[in-house]
Amino acid sequence: MTMSPIQQADQFFVTSQHRFVSYLPAEFQSLTSAILSVIAIVLVFALLFAITTVLERKGLGRIQNRYGPNRVGPAGFFQPLADGVKSLTKEDLVPRTADQMVHFLAPVLLVTAAFLAYAVLPVGRNMVLVNLNAGILYFFAVGSLVELAVFMAGWSSRNKYSLLGGMRAIAQMISYEVPLVLASVVVIMAAGSLSTVSIVDMQASYTGIWPHWFVFTPWGFAGFILFMIAATAESNRSPFDLPEGESEIIAGYYIEYSGFKFALFFLGEYLGMFATSGLAITLFLGGWAAPFSFLTWIPSYLWFFAKLLLLIVIFIWIRGTLPRLRMDQLMSFAWQFMLPMTLFNLFVAGVWHFMPSGIVRWLVCIALLVAPAILLSRSLKQGKKFAVRHYRFAE
Amino acid sequence: MFGEGILKGLAETARNFLGSYVSKKRLTTVQYPEQRLPQIEAYRNFPFLVYDGDDWQQGLRCVSCFICEKECPPKCIIIEKSTDKKPDAVGKLQFYPKVFNIDVSVCMSCQICVEVCPFDAIKMDTDFELSSTDRFSGLLWDKKHLAKSNEHYHKIHPTEAAAVDAQLAAERAKIAAKTKATAEAKPATPTPPANANGAGPNAANQPVPTATEK
Amino acid sequence: MTVTFLILAALTLAGTVAAMAMRNLIHCVLALTLGFAGLAALYLLLGAQFVGFTQILVYVGAVAILAVFVIMMTQSAIPAMQSIFSSFWVAGSVVAAAVFAVLAWAICRSGFASQVLPPVEAAVHPIGDALMHGYVLPLEIMGLLLTAAMIGAVVLAMHEKRRTP
Repeated sequence: MTMSPIQQADQFFVTSQHRFVSYLPAEFQSLTSAILSVIAIVLVFALLFAITTVLERKGLGRIQNRYGPNRVGPAGFFQPLADGVKSLTKEDLVPRTADQMVHFLAPVLLVTAAFLAYAVLPVGRNMVLVNLNAGILYFFAVGSLVELAVFMAGWSSRNKYSLLGGMRAIAQMISYEVPLVLASVVVIMAAGSLSTVSIVDMQASYTGIWPHWFVFTPWGFAGFILFMIAATAESNRSPFDLPEGESEIIAGYYIEYSGFKFALFFLGEYLGMFATSGLAITLFLGGWAAPFSFLTWIPSYLWFFAKLLLLIVIFIWIRGTLPRLRMDQLMSFAWQFMLPMTLFNLFVAGVWHFMPSGIVRWLVCIALLVAPAILLSRSLKQGKKFAVRHYRFAE
Repeated sequence: MFGEGILKGLAETARNFLGSYVSKKRLTTVQYPEQRLPQIEAYRNFPFLVYDGDDWQQGLRCVSCFICEKECPPKCIIIEKSTDKKPDAVGKLQFYPKVFNIDVSVCMSCQICVEVCPFDAIKMDTDFELSSTDRFSGLLWDKKHLAKSNEHYHKIHPTEAAAVDAQLAAERAKIAAKTKATAEAKPATPTPPANANGAGPNAANQPVPTATEK
Repeated sequence: MTVTFLILAALTLAGTVAAMAMRNLIHCVLALTLGFAGLAALYLLLGAQFVGFTQILVYVGAVAILAVFVIMMTQSAIPAMQSIFSSFWVAGSVVAAAVFAVLAWAICRSGFASQVLPPVEAAVHPIGDALMHGYVLPLEIMGLLLTAAMIGAVVLAMHEKRRTP
């Protein structure tokens, strides 16, 4: 097997894993290669978590005209190390009335579920842990475990704020899982496959220098925006961070966690964000494919992580900009705007599929998307009347 | 329209983000341990005992009258009065505080002790780095720790210190003039009676003190 | 019988037994969730990816959360101090044994266990094809029924709000 240097660079990790495994006896080979891939995923994404925390703190600082962390190491970039040492050496406090076992298992389950999702994310050409037939389904199935972990944390702490936070988080996650799945269904319709690998393969071709990413179609663009909004809500990030709203319920469901367990919650939250961003990249932004045909010489995994970093930066930017929503705003946005829009988007994807290609198809699809978006946002705006609010259970 | 406000907000935060790299004026943070802001003269944090002269034990203005201990709202001042009298900075025999402790962790920096002190013996300091690794004895400051010279007072609060010194000098001059007058009125009397301030017999022979330092 | 099967079967059994034996109802639901997850893993072991992932999505993601919420809303947090065995446990176990015997007898009689089936391709594609072509009418009827149920639930929940001015 001969490969050009570009291909060699692209497939460096794949071939080196194969070479290492080939030294082992045959019965251990598949197991060892799986373990190696898992270790690589855990290490790379935990490292990305560390980098993201410091980037986020510095970025938010600059947005607020502050320095951000700048003490540990050059320009403060070793701050995650100090944070890690701190959270490891902190006392692990468990409330006396807490349900000890469930309290302990909740962060473990959360991080496990968050890591499981990475099994179907193709981070590069031939770089996926398992190419499942039902990859997308697997992703969402594993994602639903997070809700259980959040419930366990909120319930077992025996604290009213943690219970409120857990219920908020579950209500929010269930509400936004519907638009999240429906927004990704358009890609499944277009690709005709649930496998993440074949979805990326479909987008990795070019017309001239332009790629065939799904985001460059009307339904793909709308789907991407809707998916990212739902992903922000799924990962409990600002402006949808009500479950941990510091001003109302202190830290939500992880209020009674300290030390390393708290760090695990933090890790799980960021891993969830990376995983949904990775899925958005896989579905809409061409996965590991280069954005222009003349840039394909750059290794595929670098493209994946560059896109991931871009999405993380957008997440941080949005966090630094938007204030937190209120619970009823959050819910009405999910059910009165996101859900109808994703359903319209499904319809538009069907229209796109059956119309002959050309400028007319573009105009029709854009009109079919923009009109309901304007109407829905208008109706949401008009529905807002300032009046005395009635609370059903608090009188 | 739809999403316009969000885009405006994103543009604003982006301008802040990029602007903080371009103009130093935006970053108002002072890198504290290395850089410090100039101290404001009116700043005050924690009381200290003023002494005149060079010897802190002799020069303490405090005569342990207990007013500050009684007035202190959180009761952080502990005083024990001496049984004997010692000459103070101007040589007058005075009671002195055998023990004068202030608990840093209890003090609430209200400055009431300063306001009630009739002898200008206790004043507010500007030192705010009071942390200690020993939370019991490290935060209970004794007489030695609390005593600071009048020069120090002049350094941190020059206007106020000058006013205090002038007032003290005026009072001392008045007393000196009074004792001198009584001494002249009854020259035959060997020992003039001690006046209200407890001026000793040799107070009359003292040279009139001016502003103590400078 | 592979090691994987044994581990998964033990996990599933342990989960379901714990669901019956535990005192705290929330613990029971969590243990039951473990049983669901073990069942899903068994489906996956049989090569039925779609069924396995749907099992996780529906049972672990939705049913468990629903059960947990219902229990939390209706029960107090302190578990009841009565025995987990009801007073009719002898009769109950006799009935259970009888049901199990009938089921086992029926399965053994059917010749299903001894029959060696050709491996079925249970991928997502054929399932989707079957749902969208052969079984499209039942699917639509199910969808209609569920929508009607959902609207009914919403109406029931709205009722109280309409009464308050």
